[in-house]
Amino acid sequence: MQVPILKQGAYLIATVQSALTDEDLKQLRDTLVMQVSKVRARGVIVDVTAVDVIDSFATRTLRDVAHMIRLRGAETVIVGIQPEVAFSMVKLGLTLEGVATSLDLEEGLAYLDRKAKTHEEVRAHR
Amino acid sequence: MTRRVSLLGHVQASSIRVEHVTHGQEGLMNGSQEMATVTQPRLETTASRLREMVAHLRHQRAHLREEWARLITEAKLLTAMTKEEIFAEATSVYDNYVEALETGTYEALQAYARNLSERIIPRGVETHEVVGIVLLLRDVLARSLFATYHEDFNKLNRILDAYEPAANRIAGTVAVGFVQERERIIREQQEAIRELSTPVLQVRERLLILPIIGVIDPQRARQLTEQLLRGIRTNRAKVVVLDITGVPYIDSPVANHLVQTVEAARLLGAIVIVTGLSPEIAQTLVNIGVDLGKMNTVGDLQGGIEEAERLLGYKVVLTQEPMLHSA
Repeated sequence: MQVPILKQGAYLIATVQSALTDEDLKQLRDTLVMQVSKVRARGVIVDVTAVDVIDSFATRTLRDVAHMIRLRGAETVIVGIQPEVAFSMVKLGLTLEGVATSLDLEEGLAYLDRKAKTHEEVRAHR
Repeated sequence: MTRRVSLLGHVQASSIRVEHVTHGQEGLMNGSQEMATVTQPRLETTASRLREMVAHLRHQRAHLREEWARLITEAKLLTAMTKEEIFAEATSVYDNYVEALETGTYEALQAYARNLSERIIPRGVETHEVVGIVLLLRDVLARSLFATYHEDFNKLNRILDAYEPAANRIAGTVAVGFVQERERIIREQQEAIRELSTPVLQVRERLLILPIIGVIDPQRARQLTEQLLRGIRTNRAKVVVLDITGVPYIDSPVANHLVQTVEAARLLGAIVIVTGLSPEIAQTLVNIGVDLGKMNTVGDLQGGIEEAERLLGYKVVLTQEPMLHSA
């Protein structure tokens, strides 16, 4: 199943609407990493509100996406992890280390805005 | 003569013996009546005996009730209640008792026993007291029957045949009703304690506090996680202060669970600050090898709230002298 990716200002928003197969996940990763420089996005939001299972492959792929996107000059935030999903992930030792997470889309956008602001401040200082 | 001796024993209230005696009597009676009667008339005589007995007990109401109330006080039962209360209760118990004897149905009595229990349990009345007073009433009534029918021995026995099973059943009904009511209260209280045990409090926009008091067992730990994660979602919290000042110690599974809860909260985009770790708990956490980079801990609740406010961008400023004394 294809994951729709929307452009919203300087950000890309990928909304995962159902459980994804490993193939879908790889495709999502490749598309996002490619798109991020194509549209000169400063941030990427992956919304997993509708997902009720996040396994080890999904966790690793999401982490890879975040790291690759950082290498290409943008920030990533995963939003909308359900409480039950979060706790079962932690039970399996899947903690998405080094990846930003937020409660929902709104929070994710606020996080990226904050990041962008501090980025600009740092640049202004130079 | 033998019979008389056993009956005197009965008067001293030994129920096992009573049953034995009455059974024997029943056998004798069966023998003598077998020829003349069939089942139907026998049932009728039981009913008529009951009627007669009930009429007698109604007639003697004032006297027996007083006698019973006196025995209750003498046996030092229902000490939580005043004399007037005991007398009032005794009256209604007496009437319900006689009614149950008369009708042979126990629903009304059951409802009454439940109602009575509801009223007297909060006053600290114990199970043995309730059982005690019902048994006392049984004995008072039995003695009154002895006193009335002691002339006619066969009749006394027949009356007792009707009276004893009913009386025992009534005593059972009341005792069971009382115990059931107690158990219901205990269940309710357990439920209430469970609900109260993990409050989630919002102290500022985006800031929650979870004060935990008492030992955390695995079941409570699970509940705590659930409440915390749900609380983050419903209150859109960014920072949660988990205060465990009131927790004396935790074992390693629970400590692990706590660490996992903190990590799960991060996946929801919230930071958990744990405050008030006792030396024992600190030891446990170090023993299980907690990654201290993941655990945000502050010494006490005040420090935790200050740290949380800092993270949220709040700054508390004293605007003027405190106005603490009221006019």
